[in-house]
Amino acid sequence: MKNNSNKRINLLVDGAKMALIIAIACGLVSLIVFAVSEDPWNAIYNFFVGPFTTLRRAGNIVEAASPLMFTALGVIIIFGAGQFSMISEGSFFIGTAGAMIVAISCQLPSGIHPVAAILFAGILGMLVALIPALLKMKWDVSELVTSIMLNYVVQFFVIYLVTYYFRETESSSLCSVLFQDSATLSVIIDGTRIHAGVVLGVVVCVVMWIILYRTSFGTALRITGDNGLFAKYTGLKVTGIMVAAQGIAGFIAGIGGGAELLGMYTRFKWTSTPGYGWTGIVVALLARRNPLFVPLAAAFIAYMNVGADIMARNSDVGREMVDIIQGVMMLLIAADALLQGWRQRMIVKAAKAEEEVKA
Amino acid sequence: MRVLQSICSPDFLFMWIRVATPILFAALGAAVCNKAGVVNLGLEGIMLISALFGVLAGAMGGGLFWGIVGGIGSALVVSTIFAYFHLVMKANATLCGTAINTAASGLTVFVLQLATGEKGNSSSLHSFSFPKVEIPIIKDIPVLGDILSGHNALTYVAILMVILVYLLMYKTPLGLRMRAVGENEHAASSVGQNVIKIRFVAILICGVLTGLGGMYLSMGYMDMFVRDMVAGRGFIALAACSMGQATPVGALVSSLVFAFFDGLSNVLQVLQLPSQFVQMLPYAATIAGLTIFSIQQSVRAKRKMNKLKTV
Repeated sequence: MKNNSNKRINLLVDGAKMALIIAIACGLVSLIVFAVSEDPWNAIYNFFVGPFTTLRRAGNIVEAASPLMFTALGVIIIFGAGQFSMISEGSFFIGTAGAMIVAISCQLPSGIHPVAAILFAGILGMLVALIPALLKMKWDVSELVTSIMLNYVVQFFVIYLVTYYFRETESSSLCSVLFQDSATLSVIIDGTRIHAGVVLGVVVCVVMWIILYRTSFGTALRITGDNGLFAKYTGLKVTGIMVAAQGIAGFIAGIGGGAELLGMYTRFKWTSTPGYGWTGIVVALLARRNPLFVPLAAAFIAYMNVGADIMARNSDVGREMVDIIQGVMMLLIAADALLQGWRQRMIVKAAKAEEEVKA
Repeated sequence: MRVLQSICSPDFLFMWIRVATPILFAALGAAVCNKAGVVNLGLEGIMLISALFGVLAGAMGGGLFWGIVGGIGSALVVSTIFAYFHLVMKANATLCGTAINTAASGLTVFVLQLATGEKGNSSSLHSFSFPKVEIPIIKDIPVLGDILSGHNALTYVAILMVILVYLLMYKTPLGLRMRAVGENEHAASSVGQNVIKIRFVAILICGVLTGLGGMYLSMGYMDMFVRDMVAGRGFIALAACSMGQATPVGALVSSLVFAFFDGLSNVLQVLQLPSQFVQMLPYAATIAGLTIFSIQQSVRAKRKMNKLKTV
């Protein structure tokens, strides 16, 4: 009974906190726009309403959410195991390269080709994510710094691969040759570019939720993340779980990279990492580290990004504003003390009420 | 062979000191924070913001003085936000730092566009840089003078800061309190130390040092702000700090180690290597450096354990 009421209070406070943060984010958008724009109403309209004006734009939201779901899941699993590896970014990018290699150089039937490419992307993503994990396990090297450094290494390595082995020589800007037709993911809703990778993302979210909350491995992982020492003394193989978590996270971020490349592009065009790993952290926090909320959180962040793009095209406000908003949201969500007093008072009140009932 | 020749030249040694300066500043800041028990991942963002606002404030105020005010002021503002959210609002330091970095990369481009109409760099603004300094007697010594004299004023400030941070941490009551809070916050607070206040001060000191590092990039190393010009130096500084075990002299030595590879990547451009491998070198070297250091640490720890067992 008591446990139940605490749960309800937590849910209420968490919900209120998220609503407050989203309200602050929207308020901040308006504030910045009014401070810098000549025609603020136009910019505001484009930002908030713009993404819904055409089917194509609404589709853009779903497309932009797709890579964020994968990287956010990676972040959730890594942070969930109590590790602070930022490797989602690198795993995602090496995943795009892996998918590119298979998409260009293998001859496979059309049903199998994208599957093979995305699997290869996932494996590469996993291998990259295991580097900081194993360094930490073996010699206690800080995974935080090595993973960030590794992201840079991966970025240059992928650009090297494209430049020296897959480059389209007829184009003046850096891009790869065209993928084979059999490799690209099909569009699932006409009039948009929403591709099969989006479905894959949602499926992976559900699968991850099941793994985290309905299997013994998931329980062990969460215990390890909540209290590593406790987990160790209960006999869990803590380091093994941490390494496995990072491997799985890398795999997911990797297939995210593969799906993004084959779903949205016909050649490799990036010249630096797109930053989905970092944005994935905001999404993961916004989803309260629950895989089931990830699609929703990813859609919200994607909505803001699409809105910012439309606003930048049609007004005098730059799209980079959205990064500022994302940073502020991250700060606010991470702030454990926010509304904590309110939560505390409600729990105390509920406990007192219960005692009175008993008496 | 040509590479070896150019490494041994005074030009390379001069450049080595030049590229080490920003890393050293940030690593010293990280050392102060680390000793007080805070891992400040926001160094990268603080450097970026102070690099931009140093240039902007200098151009607007019409003098180097205003640039310094803008650069250090902005670094202090960002550090205050970091400290407030981490210490008062109890947010995880890693997340706070990531948030600062995310916001900083957007904010700098956003403000740059507002100020200059461009998103790439601030070349259209007149920026005030720190002057180069010739050291009187040393500059006349043949080879040594070429290496040690003629650097940017901030480079000498950085070396001075190694001494100042050392004095602060090991010879003042405040330094003792910071180290106590970092060593064991409960023990420190049980004898009446205000943990939050002391850490707040440490983060602000770190902010000033890191801000100087950022300003060096846009007002010394180059004479304009370029988008994303920090390029991971804040993170490399964190690595340098932990490799130097968060001591000022350790930070100096490890900054020099990492900067060596930064400089080497400049020299290697003469070879026929793919440029991407050259660009990746400083980051790969940081991973390798940290790993070697940690292996050494774990071997030492093991040996100690064995010794204890035999006793």
